Amino acid sequence: MEIKLENLTKIFPARKKGQKEVVAVDDFNDTIPDGMLVALLGPSGCGKSTTLNLICGLLKPTSGKIYFGDRDVTNVPPEYRGVGMVFQNYALYPHMSVEQNIRFPLENLKGDQKLSKEQMKERVLASAKLVMIDSLLDRKPKELSGGQQQRVAIARALVKLPQVLLLDEPLSNLDARLRLQTREEIRRIQKETKITTIFVTHDQDEAMSISDMIVVMKDGKVQQIGKPQEVYDHPINLFVAKFLGTPPINVFEGAIFENGLWIGEEKLFDLMPTEDRPVFVAIRPEGFVLDEHGPFSLDLIRPEVLGRDISIVAKHKKAQSETIRAIIDAFEAKHLPKDIVRFYLKPHKVHVFDAISQERIECVIRENGE
Amino acid sequence: MEKQNWKAFLYLLPALVFLGVFLVYPLIDVFIYSFEEGYSSASQSYFGIGLFNYEYVLHDPYFKQALINTFVLVIVTVPISTGIALLISLALNSVKKLRSFLQTIYFLPYVTNTIAVGMVFMVLFKETPYSQGVVNMLIQWVHLSPVDFMEGPWWAKMFVLCFYTIWIVMPFKILILTSALASVDEQYYNVAKIDGTSSSRIFFRITLPMISPSLFYLVITGFIGAFKAYSDAVALFGTNLNAAGMNTMVGYVFDMLYRDSGGYPSYASAAAIILFAIILTITIINLLVSKKHVHYN
Repeated sequence: MEIKLENLTKIFPARKKGQKEVVAVDDFNDTIPDGMLVALLGPSGCGKSTTLNLICGLLKPTSGKIYFGDRDVTNVPPEYRGVGMVFQNYALYPHMSVEQNIRFPLENLKGDQKLSKEQMKERVLASAKLVMIDSLLDRKPKELSGGQQQRVAIARALVKLPQVLLLDEPLSNLDARLRLQTREEIRRIQKETKITTIFVTHDQDEAMSISDMIVVMKDGKVQQIGKPQEVYDHPINLFVAKFLGTPPINVFEGAIFENGLWIGEEKLFDLMPTEDRPVFVAIRPEGFVLDEHGPFSLDLIRPEVLGRDISIVAKHKKAQSETIRAIIDAFEAKHLPKDIVRFYLKPHKVHVFDAISQERIECVIRENGE
Repeated sequence: MEKQNWKAFLYLLPALVFLGVFLVYPLIDVFIYSFEEGYSSASQSYFGIGLFNYEYVLHDPYFKQALINTFVLVIVTVPISTGIALLISLALNSVKKLRSFLQTIYFLPYVTNTIAVGMVFMVLFKETPYSQGVVNMLIQWVHLSPVDFMEGPWWAKMFVLCFYTIWIVMPFKILILTSALASVDEQYYNVAKIDGTSSSRIFFRITLPMISPSLFYLVITGFIGAFKAYSDAVALFGTNLNAAGMNTMVGYVFDMLYRDSGGYPSYASAAAIILFAIILTITIINLLVSKKHVHYN
């Protein structure tokens, strides 16, 4: 099912006099193609959960429209939208067994859709098998691990064969190892069912690793929509650049001056003719290459051994953060100088943003070939 | 480990001493008295040992009346007060405006002086030379014959006592149930809503099981409280409850202890033990029933 959001806006009125109303979602436009796994990504309070609640119908938008396929569902109550939802804390009914929990939505069906006991049992079993909990049907939720509870919640959401699956922070209640495992699981289930799935997360790793498309949000506004790799390689503004990637991107105050890109006294690149202005230069940690004659220098604090790579922890007086991280191949880093390290920078790992608007500046770097 | 145990007992000692002196010892004593025929606290003497006291009490028409009154009170007031309290709590939980104001209103009877409440009930039900009581006025408005609620037939007096009891126990129940309802995670309702669950199904399959521990607590304490009823009857019908035919079991025990200057501690003890046995039985039944229907998380 294709999902189309048109100028979707949600404004929460002020709770008390003197307080401002909160624009939780601001003019959201997007089309999610059928069968995609989409991540709504952003820091907490950016409106991603509100967006999810608007899509499932628990909240009514202040303005804008939601379409499932050609059907306008903006004013359709949640139960008629054909969505399955998994909540952050799973919300499994504690007094019911796993089987009863999964069967619960089926028992609500009325009229023509009503199922016989055998049909229900079949559907419950199919759903449980899909998430591989069919051996746990008699247990109570509190007798399950976090990961198992998560699976039960997904099975319950899927048992009515919804056309859209919504997951609110599906991995945040799990420990680190289980998280890796479960996100693969979610990917597998989504691939098997081919159901259009939207999940909310604040963890960019999670979003990048399993989704077909990510939507980066901030303060209720969509910043960028695209395939994970595209968004990573071409962040549209400084916020997106900073939000994606671990270790985070290194940001420096710099300038475009006489067709060169400068940080402090050092000219990193020659540029195709463009106007002079102050900018932010953001360099991905993997964009540094050790080079004795390189144009850019950092004050070394210490190298950090990671095994496969070496992370060079350094500082720079024009940097926005205290420390800078550059990731270098461990083999190349055998002969590190003591205090000042010089680098060549990979041009496609260097992003330039306007100092005031923080928007991306597309400047063409002229490789000067030394 | 052993030293810690010793320390723990030392800390518990004050409580244990007081419990022993004021609770355990008297309990045992009452049990013994109940088998001693004609015990007199003045002379500390008795005639013999046997079941005579029980036999006397069980054949005493006043005891029978007290037993009937108490059972009627329990059977009528516990379900009705819990049910109404649940309805009011559900309503309170769903209103947004004026919620705390309404909660205060419903809680007021709890902090109101019993005497004041008694006076209000007098205005409602008692016939005086100046008025016939508000309720009788209303009854006459709809062209029915008035009833003497305070000194009239037994059912009328029982009605007043039940009404009074329900009214007096309601606020506490509402307080417990509103907080129980408020503590049910909203996500459960959200899930149910997305699944298209009807509101009656939400109530019976989700809300009720979720608040079942509180509800069960109220039923148990309600039963015990109603079995122990006494002061409410005194507030309405005065101290001579046997004459009014409105005595309760605790009232009977009390009367036996102090009637005729000196009283009959043996009969009182026997009656108290019977009351204890009844409450124990009912509570055990309650516990057994609850195992199936109460869900602790």
